Amino acid sequence: MANFRVCPDSGFYFHKSAESLIKVNAVAGVVALLLAGVLALGVVLTRWQQVHLLPPQDFYMVLTAHGINALIFWIIFFEMAILHFASSTLLRSRLATPAWAWFGFALMVIGAVMNNVAVFQGRSSVMMTSYVPMQAEPHFYLGLILFAVGALVQVLVFFGTLVVAYQEKTYEGSVPLVTFGAITAAIIAVFTIASGAIILVPTFLWAIGYISHIDAETYRIIWWGLGHSSQQINVAAHVSVWYLIAGVLFGARPMSEKVSRTAFLLYILFLQLASAHHILVDPGVGTEWKIFNTSYAMYLAVLASMVHGLTVPGSIEVAQRQKGFTRGYFEWLRKAPWGNPVFSGMFIALVVFGFIGGITGVVMGTEQINLIIHNTIYVPAHFHATVAVGTTLTFMALTYLLIPVLFRRKIILPTLARWQPYLFGGGMTILILFMLGAGTLGVSRRHWDMDFTGAAMTFEYPGMAYTLMAIAAIGGLAAIVGGAAYLLITVGSLLFGQKLEPSAGFLQSFLGKALAPGVYNVDRPELLARAPRLTVEEHGSAGFEAPGTFALAILLLVSFVVYYFINWKYLASVWPMG
Amino acid sequence: MTSYMPPADRIWWKVPVGRVELVWIALALVWCVIMFLMMPYWHIYGKQNLSTEAYQTTPAAYGAKVQAMVEQYKVRDEANLPVVAPPAGSDIYMLGRLWQWWPILELEKDKSYRLHLSSMDWQHGFSLQPTNINLQVVPGYEMVIEITPDKAGEYGVICNEYCGIGHHTMVGKIYVKE
Ligand code: HEM
Ligand SMILES: [Cu+2]
Ligand SMILES: [Cu+2]
Repeated sequence: MANFRVCPDSGFYFHKSAESLIKVNAVAGVVALLLAGVLALGVVLTRWQQVHLLPPQDFYMVLTAHGINALIFWIIFFEMAILHFASSTLLRSRLATPAWAWFGFALMVIGAVMNNVAVFQGRSSVMMTSYVPMQAEPHFYLGLILFAVGALVQVLVFFGTLVVAYQEKTYEGSVPLVTFGAITAAIIAVFTIASGAIILVPTFLWAIGYISHIDAETYRIIWWGLGHSSQQINVAAHVSVWYLIAGVLFGARPMSEKVSRTAFLLYILFLQLASAHHILVDPGVGTEWKIFNTSYAMYLAVLASMVHGLTVPGSIEVAQRQKGFTRGYFEWLRKAPWGNPVFSGMFIALVVFGFIGGITGVVMGTEQINLIIHNTIYVPAHFHATVAVGTTLTFMALTYLLIPVLFRRKIILPTLARWQPYLFGGGMTILILFMLGAGTLGVSRRHWDMDFTGAAMTFEYPGMAYTLMAIAAIGGLAAIVGGAAYLLITVGSLLFGQKLEPSAGFLQSFLGKALAPGVYNVDRPELLARAPRLTVEEHGSAGFEAPGTFALAILLLVSFVVYYFINWKYLASVWPMG
Repeated sequence: MTSYMPPADRIWWKVPVGRVELVWIALALVWCVIMFLMMPYWHIYGKQNLSTEAYQTTPAAYGAKVQAMVEQYKVRDEANLPVVAPPAGSDIYMLGRLWQWWPILELEKDKSYRLHLSSMDWQHGFSLQPTNINLQVVPGYEMVIEITPDKAGEYGVICNEYCGIGHHTMVGKIYVKE
């Protein structure tokens, strides 16, 4: 029975059941993003002290829901779509056990809905971290547990699909780099979900009264085993997507398979570490362990990101130079398709992730420097650079690539789409930079009122702190408009985009059945052959192939060094302590 | 395009790595090592370090210690909160609870104190402003840090770990006198 179709434009093969799962997971993610974006409006308009929109109960509820929907539901649903794509589609294989994947998906949906219900009922405004002994309603935790179990089931189906592809010999040689990156993400996900289970299951039992006490510090240490490594899933996933986009748009080949794959491997080897950077200023955590852990042994996972930061743009540069864009250092970059949101989204994500997210993350994860940053608004600024721009904008860029391929619809509103990454990325960058500044002035995160209305004692922030928060909020509003544009374009394209195939429709194969018979007309895809070898010269052996990228990398390193030592200097100015 | 195709070379791990990558990896690795060494370096030569002194405690036991200090060294009241001026070099205590830092401390500039922190109920965040020192305050744990205030003035202690609806009203004080 023919179960595959081939996309005539991209050459990707879609297996029927994988295709519908990619679609539903992506759509569920986008729904969560919509919710997170609407809630972001409440968050920024309250943190903008002059506007101060919501009362405190609502603010904390909205902030809890914003964090969970954005960071957990949006990103993980979308990652499930990426996993099925990277296994079934890229390897041209059938999906291992579609029924199990649907079961996992259903659990995730139930979990996400249950958790949101708990939060919006108003008695579970505990933030995504849900630090004990503050307690949420039992179904808050149960929702998260079901969601995690569902994700685990889908991850296992992904592994199963890899085995099927291997056994049925759908490809030649080793798996492609993108799939390799997805495998690292999936392995990390298994670790993460294990930590999550270890901590959330007892917490749930505590919430329903079966366990009388959970130690607050133990909770923090294990919770961050989940909270931290789940961020490494995102990094591995979005870096894989960067390689994919570089390949699709430019025909880029990895500069070196060995280097890129080793870098992914470093994520696996060192990511269980670094959870300590969330507990650097906690009581009773040993110094040696903190230093070893917060630095991922010796910044080896940071090294891995720095390597990808070079090799992704480097591979684009090499490909562009081969096409003749060889003038100077940067002709290859100037002549890149900046009007194509797939490229601009991915490249802005890469730059903001590296220059802002990466640098601030390492700085605040430094054992002593954390003292002057912990729990200030600097922290959300940092992770909006990593997850809201790095991961989210990358996934947005991927959506623009997938809508024509997967849904066989043309993108509507092309002019808006062209500007969307700049609006979202630019607005976010303003939000991030000004929150970083406000954090340096001591403004607290998760805090309703910079004026401390009703407090017995007073404290006044400098006027500058208010100005910075106001500008940040304006940037945040621009980002929300950018996010709304994304949703408008994607949902609009699914519903109204010009059909690239007569049978294309919103529900095409959505639930496993094709609208028009005969869409799935390939019985067994051709063997996925090795990439062609370059005839001219063996790759990587000669010359300095990517001077422009190298110059950018040096710029990154210099900024990194300067900013790092500025923070030590700032630390040296606070009260001596030890 | 090989990014989503199997590598061109069957034995891809033997393909030599290009110069750009090698130079960058070397530079990045050196930088990683420097950053790593900065932390132990600061423990030896820097003045701002995190102590590891901490004890398991209970709200009742900790509360009793704070109470004892307040009774011994109270100098006045301010907004219904005791202001306590313990002698230089002594153990000083502050507790966090919903939604208050208790008591107010009055310290002398350039003198060292052993500051104890713990929570009576949920987690709180000790955020000393404007100097910007931030510590996590966890129930059941008593953290001890030696501090040496080096600038006179009035400092706010704000709570920067979300602790419920009154979180924003949780402001305490530390005075540092010349
Ligand atoms: C669309 C524009 C967005 C705006 C304007 C925005 C704004 C904010 C602000 C101002 C905060 C900090 C509030 C506080 O701590 O007091 C926050 C928290 C947060 N945001 Fe966003 N955000 C946006 C999108 C995103 C996206 C796309 C993600 C993730 C993929 C994300 C993840 C989070 C998380 C995890 C938190 C922390 C919640 C917590 O403290 O528990 N945000 N957001
Ligand atoms: Cu508090
Ligand atoms: Cu608080």
